Amino acid sequence: MSLELGSVSVSYDGAPAIADVDLTLPDGQVLAVLGPSGSGKSTLLRAVAGLEPTTSGTIAWDGQDLAHIPTHKRGFALMFQDGQLFGHLTVAANVAYPLRLRHVASAARRERVSELLDLVGLTGYERRLPGTLSGGERQRVALARALAVEPRLLLLDEPLSALDASLRERLAADLRRILVAAGTTALLVTHDQEEAYAVADRLAVVRDGRLVQEGPVGDVWAHPADAETALFLGYARVLEGTAAVIVAAAGGLDPQEGTSTTVRPLAVRRSAIVLDDTGPLAGEVVAARATPDQLRLVVDVDGVGEVDAVAASVAHVGPGERVRLRVDQARLSILP
Amino acid sequence: MRKHAFISAAAVAALALSVTGCSVSAKDDDSNAAATGTPTSHASGGAAKIRDVVLVTHDSWFLPKKLIAQFEKQTGYHLVVRASGDAGKLTNKLVLTQGNPTGDVSFGIDNTFASRALTNNVFAAYTPATVPPGVSDYDVEGDDGQHLTPIDHANVCVNVDTTWFAAHHLPAPKTLDDLVDPAYKGLFVTPGATTSSPGMAFLLATIATYGDAWPDYWTKLMANGAEIADGWDQAYEVDFTQGGGHGKKPIVLSYDSSPAFTVKDGTSTTQALLDTCFGSNEYAGVLNGAKNVPGAEAFVDWLLTPAVQSALPDSMYVFPVVAGTPLPKAWAKFAVMPTEPLAVSPTDIDAKREKWLQQWSDVTSR
Amino acid sequence: MERRHLALIALAAIPVTVLAIFFVLPVTGMVGRGFRPEGHWDLVGVLDVLKRPRVHRVLWFTVWSSAVATSLTLVLGLPAAYVLHRLAFPLRRLVRAALLVPFVLPTVVVGVAFRELLTGPLAWLDLDGTPAAIIAGLVFFNVAVVIRAVGAAWESLDHRPAEAAAALGAGPWAVFRTVTLPALRPAIVGAASVVFLFCATAFGVVLTLGGLRYASVETEIYLLTTNLLDLQGAAALSILQLAVVTLLLAIGARLRPTPTAVTRVPPRPRRPRLADLPQILVTVALLAFVAAPILALVVGSLKDADGHWTMANYRALNTLGTHQALVEPVTTALDLSLRIAIDATLLSVLLGLLVALSVTRRAHTRAERRVRGALDALFMLPLGVSAVTLGFGFLVTLGRPPLNFRDSPWLVPIAQALVALPLVVRTLVPALQGIDDRQRQAAASLGAGPLRRLVVVEVPVLFRPVLAAAGFAFAVSLGEFGATSFLARDENATLPVVIFRLIGHPGPMNYGMALAASCVLAATTAAVMLVVERVRAPLLGGVL
Repeated sequence: MSLELGSVSVSYDGAPAIADVDLTLPDGQVLAVLGPSGSGKSTLLRAVAGLEPTTSGTIAWDGQDLAHIPTHKRGFALMFQDGQLFGHLTVAANVAYPLRLRHVASAARRERVSELLDLVGLTGYERRLPGTLSGGERQRVALARALAVEPRLLLLDEPLSALDASLRERLAADLRRILVAAGTTALLVTHDQEEAYAVADRLAVVRDGRLVQEGPVGDVWAHPADAETALFLGYARVLEGTAAVIVAAAGGLDPQEGTSTTVRPLAVRRSAIVLDDTGPLAGEVVAARATPDQLRLVVDVDGVGEVDAVAASVAHVGPGERVRLRVDQARLSILP
Repeated sequence: MRKHAFISAAAVAALALSVTGCSVSAKDDDSNAAATGTPTSHASGGAAKIRDVVLVTHDSWFLPKKLIAQFEKQTGYHLVVRASGDAGKLTNKLVLTQGNPTGDVSFGIDNTFASRALTNNVFAAYTPATVPPGVSDYDVEGDDGQHLTPIDHANVCVNVDTTWFAAHHLPAPKTLDDLVDPAYKGLFVTPGATTSSPGMAFLLATIATYGDAWPDYWTKLMANGAEIADGWDQAYEVDFTQGGGHGKKPIVLSYDSSPAFTVKDGTSTTQALLDTCFGSNEYAGVLNGAKNVPGAEAFVDWLLTPAVQSALPDSMYVFPVVAGTPLPKAWAKFAVMPTEPLAVSPTDIDAKREKWLQQWSDVTSR
Repeated sequence: MERRHLALIALAAIPVTVLAIFFVLPVTGMVGRGFRPEGHWDLVGVLDVLKRPRVHRVLWFTVWSSAVATSLTLVLGLPAAYVLHRLAFPLRRLVRAALLVPFVLPTVVVGVAFRELLTGPLAWLDLDGTPAAIIAGLVFFNVAVVIRAVGAAWESLDHRPAEAAAALGAGPWAVFRTVTLPALRPAIVGAASVVFLFCATAFGVVLTLGGLRYASVETEIYLLTTNLLDLQGAAALSILQLAVVTLLLAIGARLRPTPTAVTRVPPRPRRPRLADLPQILVTVALLAFVAAPILALVVGSLKDADGHWTMANYRALNTLGTHQALVEPVTTALDLSLRIAIDATLLSVLLGLLVALSVTRRAHTRAERRVRGALDALFMLPLGVSAVTLGFGFLVTLGRPPLNFRDSPWLVPIAQALVALPLVVRTLVPALQGIDDRQRQAAASLGAGPLRRLVVVEVPVLFRPVLAAAGFAFAVSLGEFGATSFLARDENATLPVVIFRLIGHPGPMNYGMALAASCVLAATTAAVMLVVERVRAPLLGGVL
C-alpha cells in the first residue's frame, strides 16, 4: 500500500506547473513536499487529490492507476491551509460530515466525533460554529474532520502556515503525534522547512516544478542537493573556494576530497560557527543582535569574509571587537 | 469623522443630481419637436401655453400629419396628443382627473362608456355651431349632442374566411345561432369582453340578441369550442386564418370594415356577417376644466370637416358620421355596413356592465 | 439624535424622497380613492370585496401558478447558472447576453410568438390557453434573473470548500447539496423572491397565454380599474397584493442570512467535464426553450403576408407602417428608447447605490437595524404594485402644483427607474454585505476619509455588481411597457409602445413590422449586454 507518482506533469494553458515528478510514499509514512511559493508543490497535491488533471504520467495507489477515479472516490482526505470548515455547520457537524456521507449511524457518528475532538484536544467544542474559533482551533477541527473516516491518504496543504509562530510550533508537534497515533499515511505540502522537519518522516524538495531532492528528513537536511536547496533548508550561507576550505578545515572536513583540485561548496548553518575563545578561527564582529536564546553575530573572519555566528546570550561582545570562533561539524554540509 | 460622513453623503447626492441633470431624454422634447417642425411645447411642470390644444385620446388615434398641420395653420393652435390605452382606460382616466384634466379635448369615448363619462361630468357643454347632416343620428341617447359630438362609427361583426370555407366545402355561418352549430365546432375566436373593446361589443351584440338568456348562448358557444383571446390583435393576427400569423380559426370577431384589408387579386378573402354586428360610435367633447376652451372647440369642429371625415377610414378604420362623405375605393366595394346594427342603451350598459362582465367571466372560465 | 443617524438620513434622503413622490403618493392616492368612494371612509366595503368568491379564486391561482413557475425557474436556472458562469466554452458571453433577451421583449410580442408556437409546431402538446402555457411564459421571462443573480455569486464563489468536501468523499451531488447550495443560499433566496414577485405580478403573460380563462390579482386589478372603475375592489386587491408582497419580503429576508464577509476569488472558469453533462443538457434544453419563441419571431419577421422570405419588414422600419399606423417611424422610437433607458439606468443605479449603501452600513443598535431593514424592504415594494395603479395614481396625485409632474418628460425614465430599482438593490446589497468591515477600518486607519474609503473599498467590490445591475436596469427600461404606455406621449413613444401599436393595427405589413421591430429590440438588448460583459472582462484580474 503506497502512493506512487511516475513522471507526473501538470500544465496550465501549456505552461508546465510541475514536470516529470517521480515520488513514492510508503504506507504509514508522512512525506513533506517542501518548496517556495510558486514551485508547483500545491499543484502536485491537487493532482494527487484528483482536483487537477495530469498532463502526463501516472498517479497510482497500491498499484492501481487513479487517472479515472474522481476525487471523492479516491478515499483520500484533503486539509487546506485555512481549514475550509463549512461555516454553516457546527464543529461536530463539520467533523461528522464525511461520516454522514458514508451513512454512518448517528450513535456511532457521535462517538467517533467526540473521539476525534478528543484526539485534537477540542473536547466540548461540538456545538460551536467555526466563526467563533481561533485559527489554531479551526485547523484542529479541520484535521479531525480529515481524519474522521481514516483516509487511505491524508493530504495537507500548508496546514499550519496561517498560524502564528508559537502556535505553529506547538501544533506541528501535535500534528506529528496525531498522525503517528492514527498511523496515517500523509502527504504534506509546505514552504516552511521547520514545519516539514517537525511533522514529516520523508522530505521532497520541489523547485520550479521539478523534484530536486527526496529522502528521509534527516538525510535531506544533512545533505542538501545544491546551494539553493541548502539555503531553502535553513542553511545561513553557502561558502565557496578558500572560504569553504578554511571553514571546513576548522570543522574537521575537507571539501576538496583529498586529491581533487575542485573545491565543493560548503553550506553553513547559522549555529555552525560559535563564539569560543579557544576556537581556530579569528575575526572582527560586524554586527550583533540579541535574541532570548542566544546572541546572533555577523563576523568578518580572517581569510573567509563575513559569516553568521552565534554566542551564548550572556556573552558581551559588540561590533568592532576581535573574537575567536569554533566550527560545529554536524552543522556543516559539503554540497555535491 | 461624523461630519465627513454627512458631507460624503451630501456629495454623493449632489453627484446623483448632477449626473441625472445632464441627461439625454430631457433633450428629446426639443429634438422631437424640431424633427416634426412644430413649435416646442414645454408642458412640464407649469401650465401649457394657451396656444397648445391638448388632445386626450386612446392609442388607436391617428390622423395624417398633413391634416394636423392644416388644422394648426388654420387655427394657429398647436396640437399636443396624449394617447394611451383603449376606450375604457381613456374614460376612467378622464373620470379620475375630472375637473383637473390632462388636456383640453377628448376623442375616442364610445357608446359603451359614454354614459359613465357623462354622469361623472367629464365634459363641458358644447355643440358645434353647424352640425353636418347625418351626425345627430349617432348622438348619445339622452345627451343629444349637448356634450358629446359623434365623429365616427364602426360595427363590430363576426368575420369569416370565405376561401377557407370554399376549400372545406362548408357553407360559411351567417348568424349568431350558427356559431353554436356543431358544424362550426372549434372554428371561432373572439377577443375577451373584459380585456378588449370589440370583445365587449360582441358580448353586447349577444345581449341585444338574446336578452337575459345570453349566458345560455355563451355556455353553448364555449361548449362549441369558441376560443377567447386577450385582444383583437391576438384573435385576428395569431388565430385567424387570414391574419398575419396564418392561424387555424376561419371565424373571428372583427369589424365590418375588415374585409377591405384582405383584398387579394380584386376580391376580398373575408366577409363580415351583417346579422352579428354591434354598432359602436366614437365621440369628441370639450373637457370640463380645460385650459384652452376655444382651442378645444375648434378641434371638435375640425373633426367634422370633410377633410377629416374622409380621412377616417384609412386612418382609424372607421366610417365617417357625416352623410355623403366619399369612401376609399376598397371600402366602397368591400366594407359593407349592416343596415340595422344591434344596440344596447348606454345607460343600461353603464348600469349593468359590472354584472354582465362578472357573469361573462364565470361562464367563460374553466 | 446621533450624527450617525444624520448620516443615514442624509444618505437615504434622496431615494426616499423620490420613492415618496413617485410611488408612495400616487399609490396611496389611488388606493385612498377606493377606501373613500363617496368622500368618506368605507372600510367595510373594502373588506367585503375580499369575501367575493371570485377574489378567492384569483388569489389562489396567483399563488399557486407563481409558486410553480418560481420553482421551475430555479430548477432550470441553477444548472444553467453553473454552466454559464463556472464553465469555460466558446461563445459563453454571447449566450449569457442572449439569455437576457426574453426579459426585455414586450409581452405582446412574446405572447404572439409563444402562441404561434403553441398553436403551430407544438399544437400536439395542447397547451394553448392552459395554466401550463402561462407557467411556461413566466419561466421564459424570468429565468434570466436566476441565471444572472445566482451566476454572479457562483462565479466568484471560493472553490476550495467544495474541493475539501470532494476530498472528504462527497460526490458532486453531495458537494452541491452540502457546500455549494448553503453558500449560494442568499443569492438563490434573493433571486427566488424577485422571481416570485415578477410571476405574481405578471400581467401580459397571464392574459395572452391563459386565453382569459385565468385571472391573477394583477389582471383583476387592471380589469377593475380600467374597465369597471370599481376603485373599491381595486383598492382592496392592491392592499392585499401589497400585504402579500410585504409578507413575502419578510420571509425572504428571514431566509436570507446576512452574509458574513466572504472571500471572493477571481472567477476561474474551467473546461467542461463528463460529470457536467447533466447540467449541460439542462442548459441546452433551456436554451432551446428560450430560443424557440425568439426564433419564431425572427422567422416571422423575415416573411411577408404570403409567407415568402423578405427583408421588407426591416426596410419598412423607417416608415410609418401600412395605413400609417405610427406617428414616428420605429427607428425614431428606438433612438428614444435608448435615451430613456440610459436615463432610467443612471437614475436607478444611483438611487440603488444610495439605498444599498445606507442599508448595509453596520447598524449599531437594534432600532437602527430595524430602520435599515424597513428601508431595504420599502424599495422592493414597487415590484408589488400594479402598473395601472401607479399610472392612474400619477394622474390623480401629480397634477397640481407643487407636484405638477404628470406631463413632465421625466416621468417615463423615473417610472422605469422605480420598476428597475428592486433588481438593482437586490444585486448591490449582497455585494456590499460581503465586504469585510475591517477593510473599511484599515482604510480609515490609513487616513482615508469616508468618500475616499468608498472609492478604495467599496468601488472595486461594487464594480461588477454595479455593471450587472446597470445591465438589468437597462433591460428593464428597454422592455418596460405597463407604466410607460400610461405616460409616453404619442409623439415620443418608446419601442415597446410602438410595437404594441403596430400589432394592434390591421394591415399586412404592420404585423411583420412589429415582429421586425421586436427583433431589433431583442438584438439591441443583446448587444448592450454583450458590451457590459466585455467591459468587465479585462478588469477581472486587475480589480478583484
